[in-house]
Amino acid sequence: MSETVTRVPAVEGWFTIDDGAPHLIGARCTVCATVVFPPREGACPNPDCDSDSLEPTPLSRRGRVWSYTENHYAPPAPYVAAEPFEPYALAAVELADEGIVVLGQVAKGVRAGDLKVGMDMQLELDTLYRDDDHEYVVYVWAPA
Amino acid sequence: MSATGDRDVAILGVGMHPWGKWGRDFTEYGMVAARGALEDAGVSWRDVQYVAGADTIRNGYPGFIAGATFAQKLGWTGVRVSSSYAACASGAQALHQARAQILAGFCDVALVIGADTTPKGFFAPVGGERKNDPDWLRFHLLGATNPVYFALYARRRMDVYGATSDDFARVKVKNSKHGLENPNARFRKENAVDDVLNSPIVADPLRLLDICATSDGAAAIIVSSMDFARSHLGSTDGVPRVTAVSTVTPSYPQTVLELPDFATDSSAVVAPPDRTFKDSITGAAYEEAGIGPGDLSLAEVYDLSTALELDWYENIGLCGEGEAEALLRSGATELGGRIPVNPSGGLACFGEAIPAQAIAQVCEVTWQLRGQAGARQVEGARVGITANQGLFGHGSSVIVTN
Repeated sequence: MSETVTRVPAVEGWFTIDDGAPHLIGARCTVCATVVFPPREGACPNPDCDSDSLEPTPLSRRGRVWSYTENHYAPPAPYVAAEPFEPYALAAVELADEGIVVLGQVAKGVRAGDLKVGMDMQLELDTLYRDDDHEYVVYVWAPA
Repeated sequence: MSATGDRDVAILGVGMHPWGKWGRDFTEYGMVAARGALEDAGVSWRDVQYVAGADTIRNGYPGFIAGATFAQKLGWTGVRVSSSYAACASGAQALHQARAQILAGFCDVALVIGADTTPKGFFAPVGGERKNDPDWLRFHLLGATNPVYFALYARRRMDVYGATSDDFARVKVKNSKHGLENPNARFRKENAVDDVLNSPIVADPLRLLDICATSDGAAAIIVSSMDFARSHLGSTDGVPRVTAVSTVTPSYPQTVLELPDFATDSSAVVAPPDRTFKDSITGAAYEEAGIGPGDLSLAEVYDLSTALELDWYENIGLCGEGEAEALLRSGATELGGRIPVNPSGGLACFGEAIPAQAIAQVCEVTWQLRGQAGARQVEGARVGITANQGLFGHGSSVIVTN
């Protein structure tokens, strides 16, 4: 691996990576104030709002586990699976303020057996995969 | 059983190609199902005025235009066609199209058909780098396979309602018994609780035998106007009728995390609807048919996983929230019980052939209502419901009554 590996988000604009306290970025309607994640531009998802104005907005870093699992089989591409494959946990976490449940992988080393519905979680960042020049980062959930 | 019955259509014939895994051209399977349905209905291909195809997205262009593909395969007659894609709900959408054409008076006799050939292993997203496609992104960013979502629902049942792995295994045991004598089922082997509990974990808490396989298969239905059925058969007494087709989508905000989404809608500004999406799917069907869960003789529900069958018990109104495990343990949902669920053996015995599956559910209800289900017959079956959900917000529920 080269020594000048650049740390980049695995997807643009979904979370912050440089502020030490990562948070998800959603989009908020400037008219009705409803929130959507993943972030997007254009039409508000509220059927009773005809706004076309969604603006990026930071989402709560904290939430509670809605449910969780642990995947024991390597997913097909486009997932870049570690070799040898290691099972990983995922959690769907209900954000404290937005009433949105967001699915994410759980920080490495935390297994399904460590989780429980209702548990407090916090957003962190972790490496999804690497190539010669980049480390691709993604948001993960970790017990708070 | 709708208020006047004037929006019913008759099921004249049903046909299937057995489920399996052979990797052949999906149209071969479809032709067997279509010919079977035509023969069962006692009508000729020339009598069919409309073909409603349910699409498969894994078999190239012919799969995207299933209506035309099967019209050509059966021999062009100038017949009009439609092709519907709604993931697992495609078959219900196709049936909805055919029924609408008949009720609008545009045709009397229609063929509803779906067939698939599936790859081995997990379903993967369509190829290419598509960073705006949530289905591609959920694999890329999260490694969130379909069983991951099934497992989230299963785990929630455990933590919230006290469900156990043993409960989930009992669903498989029940369905494996139901499907033993079903000639169209792919897996016809009785499983014990320990077989399930000893199978490898796929997505905790679900094990290999908790999760349905992907299969090749085909199913077809000939539906007609009640007038055509009357003149064709002399009487419509005892003829299974489609009394409801629900193809509803969610209401905002959708607060249950659904395949293939990263997140639910927000409930912070707009209050959640009175009933969840899955409750609304069958709710709309009951309202259309003018019946309730208490009128059912049987149900065919989409057991993509064993735990998901338990969710459906509640969604179709067989019991209250959190009571599905007790209902299962009571034996009520077994053949011979109060309300047998998945007498066909369900996806546990079939595996999933996406565009054919919702149609196959209706085939099973039809055989049950005609008393032709052999060893898996539900005694005195009069009313059956199917329930299913296609990813990206596609509801699917059909009520058939005689």
